[in-house]
Amino acid sequence: MLGRRQKREKWILLAPALAVLALITLIPLANTLWLSFTDTRISALPEPVHFIGLENYVYALTDPDFQDALFRTLYFTIVSVGLEGVLGVAVAVLLNQEFRGRTLLRALIILPWAVPTIVNAVAWRLIYHPDYGALNSLLFQLGIISDYRSWIGDPATAMNMVVLADVWKNFPLVAYVALAALQTVPEDLSKAAAIEGAGPWKRFCSITLPWIAGPLMVVMVLRTIEAFRVFDIIYVMTGGGPADSTKTASFYVYQEYFNYLRSGSGASYAVLVAGISAVLIVFYYSATKRQTAGGAA
Amino acid sequence: MNTFGKMILGSAFATLAMSTTALADTTLNALFMSQAAYSEEDIESMTAKFEEANPGVTVALEFVPYEALHDKIIAAAGAGDDGYDVVLFDVIWPAEFATRGFLQDVTDRIPADYTDKVFDGAWTTVEYDGKRYGMPWILDTKYLFYNTEMLEEAGISAPPKTWTELAEQARQIKDKGIVEYPLVWSWSQSEAMICDFTTLTAAYDGAFFKDGEPAFTTGGAKDAVTFMKATLDEGLTNPSSREYFEEDVRRVFSNGEAAFALNWTYMNALANDPEESKVAGKVKVAPAPGVKGKSTASSVNGSMGLGIPANSPHADEAWAYISFLTQQNVQDDYAKLSLPIWKASYSEPKVMEGQEDLIAAAKESIAVMYPRPLVPSYTEVSDILQKNIHQVLLGQASVDEALDAAANRVKRIR
Repeated sequence: MLGRRQKREKWILLAPALAVLALITLIPLANTLWLSFTDTRISALPEPVHFIGLENYVYALTDPDFQDALFRTLYFTIVSVGLEGVLGVAVAVLLNQEFRGRTLLRALIILPWAVPTIVNAVAWRLIYHPDYGALNSLLFQLGIISDYRSWIGDPATAMNMVVLADVWKNFPLVAYVALAALQTVPEDLSKAAAIEGAGPWKRFCSITLPWIAGPLMVVMVLRTIEAFRVFDIIYVMTGGGPADSTKTASFYVYQEYFNYLRSGSGASYAVLVAGISAVLIVFYYSATKRQTAGGAA
Repeated sequence: MNTFGKMILGSAFATLAMSTTALADTTLNALFMSQAAYSEEDIESMTAKFEEANPGVTVALEFVPYEALHDKIIAAAGAGDDGYDVVLFDVIWPAEFATRGFLQDVTDRIPADYTDKVFDGAWTTVEYDGKRYGMPWILDTKYLFYNTEMLEEAGISAPPKTWTELAEQARQIKDKGIVEYPLVWSWSQSEAMICDFTTLTAAYDGAFFKDGEPAFTTGGAKDAVTFMKATLDEGLTNPSSREYFEEDVRRVFSNGEAAFALNWTYMNALANDPEESKVAGKVKVAPAPGVKGKSTASSVNGSMGLGIPANSPHADEAWAYISFLTQQNVQDDYAKLSLPIWKASYSEPKVMEGQEDLIAAAKESIAVMYPRPLVPSYTEVSDILQKNIHQVLLGQASVDEALDAAANRVKRIR
C-alpha cells in the first residue's frame, strides 16, 4: 500500500499527463456536450445562442431516417468486424505454419492495412465500376454472371460491397495481432493434446483460441469502435447512396455541421454516436475481463 | 491529354504556385473546382496572365471536386487570415452564404453599366435580397447532346423538340439495335441529378415551392420524375445512370454508348476532341427539349460566381483578380469549355468560331434558364429530394409516395 506522501507524489507525477489529456480530450468533449444542448449555428455573423435542453436529441431520435442509419451502422459494424475477426485469425494460423516464402507473405499481408483509407476506397470504387470494373470482368469471364451489373449503385448490394472493401483493408490488423499472440502458444500443450487424441479443430478451439483470446479481444474492441463511426470509406465510395442505403450515423454529424451549418444539432448527433460506441466498449471490456479471469490461464 | 494527366499536371502547377509565395508581396488563396466548366489548365493560364499584369500579386490555386466545394468554403470561414481570398460558388448558395455572412457584399464594387451587359440569369448567381455577393463567371446550363451518326442511321432527320419526341427517337434507335441504351444521365444521388430533374421540371412547367409550401408533389415536378422513371423502365435510359456524375455521362457518350446525353457546356468541346472521344465530329448540341403546350425548350440555371470570403484580408487584390477573370475579353478567349456571361460575346466571331451550334443553342437556353429554389436551406431541400427521387429511380418507392415523403421531410426542416 502507498503511504500518504507517496500518494501525493503519485498525483504530482501524473499531473502533467492529466493536464495534457484534459486539454485535448476533456475540454473538446465538454464543449461538444454543451453545444449539443444549444441551437448554435456556424456563421460569420454574431448570432444569438439559446439553451434548448434536449430538443436536438429529441429531433435526432425521432427522425426515422436517423433510426435507419443507426441500424445500418450496427449492421456494418457487426458484419465487417465479424468477418475481419474470422479472416484475420484464419490468416494468422496459416502464417504461423512453417513454409517457404512465409516471411515474404507475412510482409505482403500488411499492405492493405498500410494503404490510406481514401486510396483504398477509390481503388474499390474502380473495381466495382459497372462498365469497366475488375469485379464484373472477373465474374463475367468465370461465367458466374451473364451481364455486367452495378454493385454500389444497387441498394441491395451497396452496403455489402462497402463491407467487403472495409474487410479487405482491415483484416491484416487482426491477423497481425493474432499472429503475435499465436507465437506465444506453447507447442508442448498442442503436442500433448495430439497424443491424447485431440484433432486439429479440437486443439484449435480448446487450446489456441482461448490462449489468444485476450489480445484478440483488444484488437476487436478497437475495430468495433472504428467501424461504428465509419465515414471516410463510405463518403468516398458511395457518398451515402444509392437512396441513402449506405448512409451511416456519422454522416449525420458531418451533414448537420458542414452541409446544414447547425453545429448544435451536429454536436448532439456526435454525442449519440460516441455514446453508443461507449456502450459497445463497456460490453467488450466486461467480456474481456471475464475471459482473462476464467479462460486463457 | 487524358484527365488523369491533367490532374497530375494540375497539382504540379498548384504546388509550384504555392512554393513561389515567399517572393511575392501578396498571395491570394483561390478555391476552384476540378469538374465541368473551365479546365484547370484554362484557369492556370488565365491566372498566369493576371499575375503578369499585376506584379507583386501571386495566386495560389486550389482545385477540389464540386461535391467538396461548399464544405471547403464553410470550413475555411473559421480559418481567420489563412482562409481563402477568392472562392468559386454555386448559384444555389448565395442565400445561405449571405444570411450567414460568409461572403463580402461587393455591390458597390461592380460598375453600374455591367448590369445591362451581363445576362440576368448570370446575376441570379450572385444576388440575394437585392445585394451582390460576387461576380458571375460561369454561365452554364445543361444542353442536349446527340450523336448525329446514330440519328442518321435510325432515319431521324432532326433532333427532338420535345421530351416525348426524344423518348420516341430513343425508342427507334433502340429498336434498330444501334445502341442498347440511347439515353445517359447523371442520376447519382447528388446535385447533378437535381439539375436534370430541374431541367425536366422547367419543361413540364412545374414548381418547387408555392407560397413557401412544397409544390413538387403535383404538376410539372411530378411529371418530371414520372418521365425519368418511365425511360428507365422502358430500357431507354442506361440503368447505370443512377450512379453517374457528369464525367461518367461524358465518358459513356464519348465512347459511342449513347445517342443522347444531357450535360454542361464543357462536354461540347471534349466530346468533339479526337483525343478525348471516339465520336468526335459526330456530336451536335441543342437546347434541352420542351413539352408540347408548356415550353419550347428547357434549361436549369447552373451558373457559378466568384466571391470574396468575409475573412479575407486582401479584399482589394481579390477583387482585382475576380475582375480580371470575369472581364469580357478574357472570357471570350476561353469560351470553349464555358460560355461568357456577357451578352456581346455571343456575336463575337472568336467565341462563335467552330461552335456555332453551341452558341445558337445557348441563346435559346439562356433565355429560359430555370432556378433551383433560392432559399437559405437549399442544401437540405436538395438532399431530401435527392434521396426520395433516387428511391423512385431504383424502384423502391412510387412517384407519389416519394414526393409526399419528401414534402413532409421538407416541412420538418428547422
